[in-house]
Amino acid sequence: MMTVSNSNAPLLDVRNLTIDLPRGADRPHAVEDLTFTLERGEILCVVGESGSGKSMTAHAVMGLLPKAVKVSSGVLRHDGTDVLSLPESDQRALRGGRIAMIFQEPMTALNPLMRVGDQIDEVLRYHTTLDRAARRARVVDLLASVGLPEPDQLRRSYPFRLSGGQRQRVMIAMALAVEPDVLIADEPTTALDVTTQKQILELIRDIQAKRHMGVMFITHDFGVVAEIAHRVAVMQKGKLVEIGPAAEVLNRPQHPYTRQLIAAVPHLIEHREAFGADRKPVLTAEKVCKTFHIGGGFFTPGRTVVAGNQLSLTIRQGETVGLVGESGSGKSTLGRSIVGLIKPDSGRIMFEGVDLLSLSRTAFRPYRRHVQMVFQDPYASLNPRHTVGDIITQGPIAFGEDRGRALEKAKDLLKLVGLDASAAERFPHEFSGGQRQRISIARALALEPKLLIADEPVSALDVSVQAQVLDLLEDLRHRLNLSMLFITHDLRIAAQICDTIAVMQKGSIVEIGPARDVFGNPQHAYTRQLLDAIPGKGWSIPEDVMATGRHGAALRTSA
Amino acid sequence: MPRIAVFISQRLVKAVFVVLAIAVFNFFLVHAAPGDPAAVMAGEAGAADAKFVEQLRQQFGLDRPLYEQLGTYMGKVVQADLGYSYRQQRPVFDLLMDRLPVTLSLTLTSFVLALIGGVALGTLAAMRAGTWSDTAITVVGLTAYATPIFWIGLMLILLFSVNLGWLPAFGTESIGAGYTGWAAFVDRLEHLVLPVVTLGLFYMAVYTRLTRASILEVRDMDFVKTARAKGLPEWRIVSVHILRNAILPVITVAGFQAGHLIGGSILIETVFALPGIGRLAFEAVLQRDYQVLLGIFLLTSVVVVIFNLLTDLIYSLVDPRIEVAP
Repeated sequence: MMTVSNSNAPLLDVRNLTIDLPRGADRPHAVEDLTFTLERGEILCVVGESGSGKSMTAHAVMGLLPKAVKVSSGVLRHDGTDVLSLPESDQRALRGGRIAMIFQEPMTALNPLMRVGDQIDEVLRYHTTLDRAARRARVVDLLASVGLPEPDQLRRSYPFRLSGGQRQRVMIAMALAVEPDVLIADEPTTALDVTTQKQILELIRDIQAKRHMGVMFITHDFGVVAEIAHRVAVMQKGKLVEIGPAAEVLNRPQHPYTRQLIAAVPHLIEHREAFGADRKPVLTAEKVCKTFHIGGGFFTPGRTVVAGNQLSLTIRQGETVGLVGESGSGKSTLGRSIVGLIKPDSGRIMFEGVDLLSLSRTAFRPYRRHVQMVFQDPYASLNPRHTVGDIITQGPIAFGEDRGRALEKAKDLLKLVGLDASAAERFPHEFSGGQRQRISIARALALEPKLLIADEPVSALDVSVQAQVLDLLEDLRHRLNLSMLFITHDLRIAAQICDTIAVMQKGSIVEIGPARDVFGNPQHAYTRQLLDAIPGKGWSIPEDVMATGRHGAALRTSA
Repeated sequence: MPRIAVFISQRLVKAVFVVLAIAVFNFFLVHAAPGDPAAVMAGEAGAADAKFVEQLRQQFGLDRPLYEQLGTYMGKVVQADLGYSYRQQRPVFDLLMDRLPVTLSLTLTSFVLALIGGVALGTLAAMRAGTWSDTAITVVGLTAYATPIFWIGLMLILLFSVNLGWLPAFGTESIGAGYTGWAAFVDRLEHLVLPVVTLGLFYMAVYTRLTRASILEVRDMDFVKTARAKGLPEWRIVSVHILRNAILPVITVAGFQAGHLIGGSILIETVFALPGIGRLAFEAVLQRDYQVLLGIFLLTSVVVVIFNLLTDLIYSLVDPRIEVAP
């Protein structure tokens, strides 16, 4: 199985690699004339936005390209051996044996019907000659080595019993099973919470150093790059635009695209002025409580999850309040309670002097137009069968607006969010993720709300698009004097757009205050833990890049 | 008590009430149909004077108020007495037990064969999606699904019995051949081949299409990519990772169809002249033989309830995420 190691050759040597996309794709090549090497003991970060070909490159190395996609030219050497010309059985031995891969979505990357121990065992079964008992001992060792508790019991768990972080650890254990010398990590922390992300990054760095592996780490997040990379390769539209040592690329980026990407990175502390606490409150939540009961039947007690425990906060006119916390902390529950999608168990939500929770469905209806919501996933939140114009005008028409006037207004709104008025006649699928999120915002604004609830509005978007949408929201709030509740798990984004920050943990607001205070002088241990987990803290975006990149900065100071 | 035992016992208790409720419902359903056995019998006897009909009604207890009839019927059902068929002059229970083996040997065999064949063909088609073998399987499946089942039966008889003379065309055994032992068994098997194939083809087409669609959906999932990245051989990826995840919808439909094992073969039994439950039901309807009809209905509902329970159990075995909840 093992090939003779030629220690002079780089671990991975990719030369002039070109990967063809099937006909009819938006460009002929997924990857074009790509050349790079991965050395023993280094972490190479491959950075780029979605569609840049970074994942395709990884899949080509693994021999996992979709059937319609083919390598048309170039050489791919692993330890001196030309991988592409190997017969299928040798390639299989290489996959999982000497080159291993972990994926972005730990929730779906494990077989849901198989115990995690068995999934790791499979690798050993096909790549080693160990007997059953030896494999079992090895599985336990592996699980322990990635920091999982009680590995002997955990081995027998099904994936759905584990948290996202634990699953990603299982994936890493599985990848390490036969001590590969190359680990390809395809956005392994993107789907995880910050604190979990930090732990996984540390784990990968640790294991890499201990085993002297070469790691190809694919990411779109420059914070992560700053945290982990030895070298950085930047890809744009299938081409390598810049490659070099991490310090070089991060601090003295040469290519305009790299500079643009770095400029779009949300950066933590901005010198935002303290927001006037004397303004009129638009919405006040008082001691809102919500407990969910999950599972259980007539005789069996289910699990209870406290999603809201005495939540109180005030949103003033023109203020943006950030609700930050990790998944499951209850931040969306509060947002949905305000819009009336969830009925809290107790507490009051006062909107302009009226307790929204005390209202019946019909009495609540007039208030719906004043509180609007922008959802996380722009792909799922727009009805694919309706034109953009219909989507935007439905609300106003339901509130008695004349159809023609509503459509006129929709066109104005589209212009306001930076789209062409002709977009009204088209369908959502004709737009990119960022454009769709603009449509979502236009839809929410169509009812002229006083309060906008934005539930993770940019977390499904690429960094540069993310920056644009954030700029748009910032711009709109000043122009329309909009109050906003901004829900996010990313503290960097919250720091950029919010005046006031409320930190949530396990259903409680543990800290609330002006953004500057919360980020500059965090009081609660959990806030400090969250801030500490932000990737790339040690790195600050070079001044010259900042100045060239963000047009949003100017907008913000002028407002 | 283990969880699974609690689950089964609770479900069985519920099942008793479900079956009893169905029995009541069936009773009214049967009586809602126009005509009654007395009228049919009198008509057949050619002496349709009102007095004779009234006398028959009295004899069968049909002159009593409906609720009283229901009470009598339910009282007997609870004691596992399904009543007496005056038409056939035999207890209903004996009639059913006579016919049941014929039907079950036909439906169970074709069900199992269809399930195995359908899953296998569906997997093959899905793994070779877009090639000629996929097209061939899809076309054959669609044809078998769309063609009327009795027509397929007749054509098979025409080909294999009439023209080629390989297989018997009807009945369950060669009458008067006097086979014993092994020869008798083989003879019975030969009689089963055509009906089983006819019925099985239809079901197999359903499972093939279902399996194919389900696999196409599962095969692009992330965990399959993980399995590939682990360097597993293709057959293992397909059998352990893809098929097991794709089989859930097939189990749902199979459980649903298994409930029809008793009543779903009327056409086949008619075409191949098999004395099974389906034929019995058909005759009972024509003759307004209430007791027999009610007996068949009850038997069918018991089978449906049992297979629902089995499906739920199998589901929880295949998918650990589904917990058995009573």
